[in-house]
Amino acid sequence: MELKKFITNLEDVFEDADPITIKPESSFRDLEGYSSLVALSIIAMADEMYNVKLKGDDIRKANTIEDLFNIINSK
Amino acid sequence: MAFLHIPDVRLAGVAACVPKAILETSRYAGFSKDEAEKFISSTGVERRRIADENITTSDLCLKAAEKLISDLNWSRDEIDCLIFVTQTPDYILPATSCLLQDRLKLKEGVFALDISLGCSGWIYGLQVITSMLSHGQLKKGLLLVGDTILKPCSPGDKSTYPLFGDAGTATALEYNRTVSGFKFHTATDGTGFEAIIIPDGGYRNGTHLSSFEMIEFEPGIKRNRLQTVLDGMSVFSFGISKAPESIRLLTENYGIDLEQVDYFLFHQANLFMNEKIRKKLKIPSEKVPYSIKNYGNTSSATIPLTIVTEIKDVIANSSKNLVACGFGVGLSWGTVQFFTDRVICSDLIEY
Repeated sequence: MELKKFITNLEDVFEDADPITIKPESSFRDLEGYSSLVALSIIAMADEMYNVKLKGDDIRKANTIEDLFNIINSK
Repeated sequence: MAFLHIPDVRLAGVAACVPKAILETSRYAGFSKDEAEKFISSTGVERRRIADENITTSDLCLKAAEKLISDLNWSRDEIDCLIFVTQTPDYILPATSCLLQDRLKLKEGVFALDISLGCSGWIYGLQVITSMLSHGQLKKGLLLVGDTILKPCSPGDKSTYPLFGDAGTATALEYNRTVSGFKFHTATDGTGFEAIIIPDGGYRNGTHLSSFEMIEFEPGIKRNRLQTVLDGMSVFSFGISKAPESIRLLTENYGIDLEQVDYFLFHQANLFMNEKIRKKLKIPSEKVPYSIKNYGNTSSATIPLTIVTEIKDVIANSSKNLVACGFGVGLSWGTVQFFTDRVICSDLIEY
C-alpha cells in the first residue's frame, strides 16, 4: 500500500478540502471540512479500498495522515 | 458457521406499538439549527417516539400483542410459546415474559422466555421461536420484541439521544407443514462488547454513588455510568463489513438469488450506515424500506416496526420473498430469509 495513493483516496473523502493541504504530517482533524461524518467516511474508505476494519480507538489515537496510513498498513 | 434452516413454520402476523409523544430532531436542545440539519441528513432521523416514565417496553409489546391476537382471531389458549426480546426489561428479575404470560392471560402451560439482545434481537428471537414450533408439538407462538431505549440514554448526549426511539412489537408464528420455513445465519463477536454498553448497574461493576456522576466527555456528550455509551465509529466499521457479509454467507450457503428477494429489511441503525450496506450489496433503493425517518433507531424493534409502517399493505395482500438482517450491540448479528403469504399486519398502535 502506497502513501501517495492513500492520500489520493483521502482527498476523495475530504471533498471540500484543498488537496494541497493534505500532507503526510497533516493533522487530519484540523483539515477544512473535517467532521464526524468524514471520520466515518475514512472508516468506509479503509473497508472498501483496503479491506481493513478500523475501530473507533484507531481513529481516536491517530493524529496525522501518516498515523492513519500506518494503522491501516499494520492491519 | 451458524447456518440453520427451520422448516414447517410460517409468519402469521405482525403488529407494532409506539408511544404517542414525538421528539423532533429539529428541536433537540443539544443541536444548533445547522447541527440538527446535518444530523438529519446523515442519520435520517427526523423524529422519534418517547415513552413517558410510566410506560415500559412490556406495555408497548402488550398493546401490540393484544391487537395482533384479536386481528388473527387466535384463541389465547392456543398460544404455546411466548418469547420476549429486550434490553430494557421491567425488572432485573423476574423475567418480563413471566409477567406477560399473566397480563396476556395466556395459559399456565405456555413456554415463556426472555432474551437479552438489541439490534440483532428480532432475528435471534425468530430463530428460537421457530425452532421451538418446528417440532410440531407447540403450534402457535408470540415473539414480543422491543425497547424503551431512550430510558437509559442521557438527554445531554448528542451521540445517542437524538438517534434512538422507543417501540414495542409482536410477531405471530405458527406450525404449518406446507411452507418452506426460515433460513438463518447468525454470528457473534464479544471482543466488541464495549462498542455499545451501559457500564454500571449490572453485577460486573455494580452501582455506586460514582455511577450517577455526570461526566462531560466532549461538548454535547454528557452522561453517567448508568447511561448508554455508543462508540459510533466502531459500530459503523462493524456494520458496514458484517451485515453485507452475513447476507452474502446466507445467500451463498442456501443458493438464494438476491435479485429474487422482494424486500431487504435492515436493522435501522442510521441512514448513512444503512445506505453503505445497501450500496455494497448493490440492492436497488426501492427494495430497502426505512422507518428511521419517523421513528429513529428503535433497537430490537426496527425490523418488525419497518414491516408495519412501510410495507404493511404489500405483505398483507400478496406473497413476498423477504431477507431481514440485524446487527449491533454484543456485538451480535444475523440474517434470515423467508417467504410470506398474506400476513395479518395490524395497524400501527399509538399508546
